[in-house]
Amino acid sequence: MTTLVEVRGLVNRFGRQSVHQNLDMQVMEGEVFGIVGGSGSGKSVLLRSILGLQQPRAGTVQLYGRELGSLGAAELREVKAGYGVTFQHGALFSALTVLQNVQLPMIEHLQLERRWLDELAMLKLRLVGLEAEAAGKFPAQLSGGMIKRVALARALALDPRLLFLDEPTSGLDPISAAAFDELLLYLQRELKLTVVMITHDLDTIFRTCTRVGVLVEGRMISDTLAGIAKNTQPWIHAYFQGERARQRGAQHGT
Amino acid sequence: MYCAARREGDGVVLELSGEWRIAVLGAIDEQLTAVPLGGVQRLEVRAAGAQFDISAAWLLRDYLARAQAAGVQARYADEPPAAVALLGRTLAPYAANETATTVPGEWLDPAAAVEGIGRRAVRAWQLLESALELVGRVTMAAVRGGFGLRHWRPTSIARHVYDTGITAIPIVALIAFLIAVILAYMGAQQLRKFGADIFVVDLVTVGVLRELGVLLTAIIVAGRSGSAFAAEIGAMKLNEEVDALQAIGVNPIEVLVLPRVLGLVIALPLLTVIADGIGLAGGGLLCRALLGMPLAQFINRANEAIASTTFWVGLIKAPVFAVLIALAGTWCGMRVRGSSRDLGRMTTLAVVQAIFMVILADALFAMLFMEMDI
Repeated sequence: MTTLVEVRGLVNRFGRQSVHQNLDMQVMEGEVFGIVGGSGSGKSVLLRSILGLQQPRAGTVQLYGRELGSLGAAELREVKAGYGVTFQHGALFSALTVLQNVQLPMIEHLQLERRWLDELAMLKLRLVGLEAEAAGKFPAQLSGGMIKRVALARALALDPRLLFLDEPTSGLDPISAAAFDELLLYLQRELKLTVVMITHDLDTIFRTCTRVGVLVEGRMISDTLAGIAKNTQPWIHAYFQGERARQRGAQHGT
Repeated sequence: MYCAARREGDGVVLELSGEWRIAVLGAIDEQLTAVPLGGVQRLEVRAAGAQFDISAAWLLRDYLARAQAAGVQARYADEPPAAVALLGRTLAPYAANETATTVPGEWLDPAAAVEGIGRRAVRAWQLLESALELVGRVTMAAVRGGFGLRHWRPTSIARHVYDTGITAIPIVALIAFLIAVILAYMGAQQLRKFGADIFVVDLVTVGVLRELGVLLTAIIVAGRSGSAFAAEIGAMKLNEEVDALQAIGVNPIEVLVLPRVLGLVIALPLLTVIADGIGLAGGGLLCRALLGMPLAQFINRANEAIASTTFWVGLIKAPVFAVLIALAGTWCGMRVRGSSRDLGRMTTLAVVQAIFMVILADALFAMLFMEMDI
């Protein structure tokens, strides 16, 4: 198995506040990797560092085995076409329709005919379970669950093998969240995706993740679900052995 | 090389290979369309040697469907690739012809045209109502504020006086100076022909004090602050902050609109006084430079030219303009809903409306003052 995401010795600091101290992280092909941590533990900063949206103080980030810091603009663009991202609040372009939102990455990165653009974008929308009538709508007209789905469709626009999701189920009701988890698992299996996601949702973690990385004191402790549940670090213990977690674990057989 | 075609009797065997990815769809399509299918009865696809992503699978499926439509019997030699199977499952519930094509416009329909006129008329009426409603609400909020100082939110008003007034002083002063200079220069050129140079002073003083000082200041402020009001309130609206205020039981008119209106009502007259002063100074300087008129003579002549009311006739307009600008800005901000594009549209509209109303009001004032013989 190849390593798709590799973070080595990452250091991030804002003013006097240190967010990451020598953080290491590794995601192998085919994994669903969950990033967990308390509020303010630097999950989003980590994701931004991996995506190249944030210049870390020290450390390296490799995607597909290519180090982000050493790449020129054209190569960076190529790497960026190789992954899909969804943001916490969807970050759909509010001036564009749903269909145009999905088409935007294709238009920017590929030369495709008009008809292909329409059909492929529609295909991506159907993959995430949206109907044709949603295609002409604007983001402001969508419900929270649909926004998440459109964001996922846009992330899938270029058929990436690697997907980054920031809180994919936050703000959804439990039934929609479960449906979204199912969708994610289905796509992950069928499209052979590698998924890295930030999530707080214990249900999502137990249902979808194969490995979990917990951010504690600026570092990452990563393990399988079964392994992390036995970890004795106080925060991890409280998180995975709390009342809520034990109920979820019992349901999902961990 | 993504596909190789081999003729076998009345059929073609299509051997697929390589990485079929979305990035190379164009190249794949070129090779596929290059396969001669004239007089071919059967098409056998051997896909085992190729990797597909879902977009490329769609292309293959589309190609085979087109071949079928042209009367070629297409089939896979063995299992279809996983991506094609996934595609089949995804698209199965939908009819083949149901695509995302946009609905053609109905603008040729006369009934729709009439309906459009009606809709617009109703919409315009609603807009007018909402504008009047805002005026009413602001008045109510002001009246309700009454004598309690707390309801007037002095901190907020002070902030708006600073933002719309103090920070605008440099640009207002600069423009007042330049306009006075232009006025004096033009006047001097024309009046010199009649040997009536001295009347340049009349032109500059009366022009700046009565009209240009206040009008230009109002237009600058409309551009600076009208847009800022609309953008601030619009962004708050998008962020549901306005709803939050309402839910907490705070009247958004009272905390968002009223302080802006009052702040501008304070700031704009002060800016006008500054613009008047700078304008007169500019006129005086140019008269000295261009006509060789000593400053003392300029001041003497200016004292004769202006009536006791001239300054006040200009200044009295400033609070009215201020109310119009602030209301236009806040009203447009309150109407933002949905998207960031709406925000941009409303900000633009705020400036356009504010400037339009300022000029309209100025025209009405001119008529009024003429009737009153001031």
